[in-house]
Amino acid sequence: MGSTSNNSAEGVGRRDLIKRSAALGLVAAPGMGLLSACASSGGGGQKKDKAGKKTAKNPLGVNESAQMEFVLFDGGFGKEYAQDAVKIYQKDFPKAQVKFSATQKIQSTLQPRFNQGNPPDLIDNSGAEQMDMGVLVGKDQLSDLTPLLDAPSYDDPNKKVRDTLRPGIVEMGQFDGNPVWIFYYAYTVYGVWYSQKALNSLDAEYPKTWDEMLAVCEKAKKKGMAGWTYAGKYPYYIPFSLYPMIGKVGGREVLDAIDNLEPNAWKHPAVKACFEAYYELYKKGYILKGTPGLDHIQSQTAWAKGEALFIPNGSWVENESANVIPKDFDLAVSAPSGIDSSDKLPFGTIWASGGEPFVVPAKAANPEGGMEQLRIMLSEASSKNFTSKVKSLTAYNGGTTGITLTPGLKSGVAALQLAGSNVVNPRLQDWYVQLQKEKIGVSGLGEMMAGRLTPAEAIKKIQGFADEAAKDTTIKHYKHQ
Amino acid sequence: MQHGKYRFIVGFLALPLGLYALFVVWPFIQSIYYSFTDWTGLSPEFKMVGFDNYTRMVHDDIFWKSLEHSLLFALVLPLVTISLALFFAFMINVGGRRRKGGPAISGVRGSSFYKIVYFFPQVLSIAIVALLFAFAYNPDSGAINSILRGVGLGSVQPLWLGDPSLALWCVMAVLVWSTVGFFVVLFSAGMASIPTELYESALLDGAGRAATFFRITLPLLWDTVQSGWVYMGILALGAESFAVVQIMTTGPGGPDYSTTVLVLYVYQKAFRDGQAAYATTIGVALLVVTLAFAAIVMRLGRRERLEF
Repeated sequence: MGSTSNNSAEGVGRRDLIKRSAALGLVAAPGMGLLSACASSGGGGQKKDKAGKKTAKNPLGVNESAQMEFVLFDGGFGKEYAQDAVKIYQKDFPKAQVKFSATQKIQSTLQPRFNQGNPPDLIDNSGAEQMDMGVLVGKDQLSDLTPLLDAPSYDDPNKKVRDTLRPGIVEMGQFDGNPVWIFYYAYTVYGVWYSQKALNSLDAEYPKTWDEMLAVCEKAKKKGMAGWTYAGKYPYYIPFSLYPMIGKVGGREVLDAIDNLEPNAWKHPAVKACFEAYYELYKKGYILKGTPGLDHIQSQTAWAKGEALFIPNGSWVENESANVIPKDFDLAVSAPSGIDSSDKLPFGTIWASGGEPFVVPAKAANPEGGMEQLRIMLSEASSKNFTSKVKSLTAYNGGTTGITLTPGLKSGVAALQLAGSNVVNPRLQDWYVQLQKEKIGVSGLGEMMAGRLTPAEAIKKIQGFADEAAKDTTIKHYKHQ
Repeated sequence: MQHGKYRFIVGFLALPLGLYALFVVWPFIQSIYYSFTDWTGLSPEFKMVGFDNYTRMVHDDIFWKSLEHSLLFALVLPLVTISLALFFAFMINVGGRRRKGGPAISGVRGSSFYKIVYFFPQVLSIAIVALLFAFAYNPDSGAINSILRGVGLGSVQPLWLGDPSLALWCVMAVLVWSTVGFFVVLFSAGMASIPTELYESALLDGAGRAATFFRITLPLLWDTVQSGWVYMGILALGAESFAVVQIMTTGPGGPDYSTTVLVLYVYQKAFRDGQAAYATTIGVALLVVTLAFAAIVMRLGRRERLEF
């Protein structure tokens, strides 16, 4: 019997190797297997805790002895602010056990739990592993937060939570119809970020019209400084100043039409004017050389070193680039420059909106507890704590008096004051992620700003993408109310 | 006697085959099953949708672009990597000049040093390699453009990863750099087992380096080259290409879809867009491509075995 196995021992070995490598490919190829295994094993889900009695101190009717589980995204804002808020919850409900955890891997930890029907009671669904909100809402996985918004606020029993918030917060949590699915806790100011010191050294003020903008860039160029840079590898940062500019030039309706994916929304003259204005920055050589190959950190570093004057960004930049921004940089943000005096909205029109989306899952065991935790975080004290710890505003309208604000934050508060009610809130980036990021951002704006598309070509391409998205039946569509 | 033998073999194989079936075959079947549903990956509910995902895939431009790039990876990378590795291994082991008093066959001067140097990238994780190269490709302050400026080529400052016509080649170069060392070592081991008499007789007949390589080394190394080819192709279709594209490129997958590959697209659909069913559909396509690749390489590479 031995005769069959020993004639080409070596050959078998090598052939086996080939087979094994092929098998390796088989394992690698779909890769979805383990994930899918969770879906089919999903059971009936967990039991709901009994709600407690509603009292003045406990307006949401939290079950005082029920466990509350809170999962936080451990990102740029850290976890201390949430831990502080959890301590208050535990003080208010001493009998309740609170399970708090912070992770960067929101999706990997929580997706299986959604599939099994036993999600935690409060989630900060943020970061690179954010779970798609549209899908969560579409599949009825989230609780309506209206009870929280209509509950009295933590500080003042005569004021509803709803009335203590900054503009746009409630609207951002709605998808279609009245229910509010998401609560954005942080408040982000988007715009053009620059060093006041650098601007002063050019004897210039922040430009209000595009002619002034070009003049400032020319001055900077003469001093060997580029006018602009941006996150070339993630060109979806450009909209942070471009979209509010479109809103300023053509009015809110233009942005709404874009968000609603209306036919020819991108062909509006205001869009064309703004695209051409930005393209001029490229044409005149005002963009830092090499920008299309820089990622967000690299571009921010070049900008902080004074290689470029302006950068489109959000208020997190102060924290994110803290280690490269010089002490005397005097960071400031401004609403985007317009075209000229015929613009529809006044100078100061700015994009500001919520960040750090908190959700309470529909299948949570103790949804009242999750909402109560959010109510605590929306007190003035907790909001102040957040602002002073992480240099960012919260959804709570106020909470900046009595604490020292960093330069960028101070300038952000001033910009919001100047804007008044002229705060725009484009929704593409949370409604249609793929469209906004890789289609409009990378393939449209990125290509135009690198000089590989003219504004007319970019608009045509982007309108094509938008039309495609409007027709795509596999994604959920939303409209401004 | 024969009967007993099979029972013996089955006894040994039952456990590994069972594990294989549970962790490899079963997920496969499940993936194929999910590709016929509308599962989002975010909730346990889904329904059957027949061939909808497949029709959608056929009409999806990004899918075709990803497929094109993946195929390019699977063709170009093994070709370049293996040719380079063969060349290096040959020079290290056989290609040296004959030195007085030395053995008839030896590598170039300092070959043992080169062998270690080539293997260095292999000890770095692919994620670190990708990050390092992302810095090197930085057009503003990266190493490559700085060197170009340093040697007086300040006017040649490509955007590298920011340029759609260069980006894919930049990514491929990184994969070649990081994997070539492994194959140098693999082929060196293969060459060491080729008997020196064969080389000596070739030398006596007056064969040069090229003739030695093509008439002796390559034919005797054929099996190793073939398995290396399959292995490299699978790396290029799978995890390694995902890591470099995800970490290094614009978007990722850009600029303008110039670097997107199938694995990246699977990942984006499943984890960014909440379309797990469609992602499994693309996964099935990737499976077909991988199997076809392995089959073609094995068929084309079939040769008479040489005994020595």
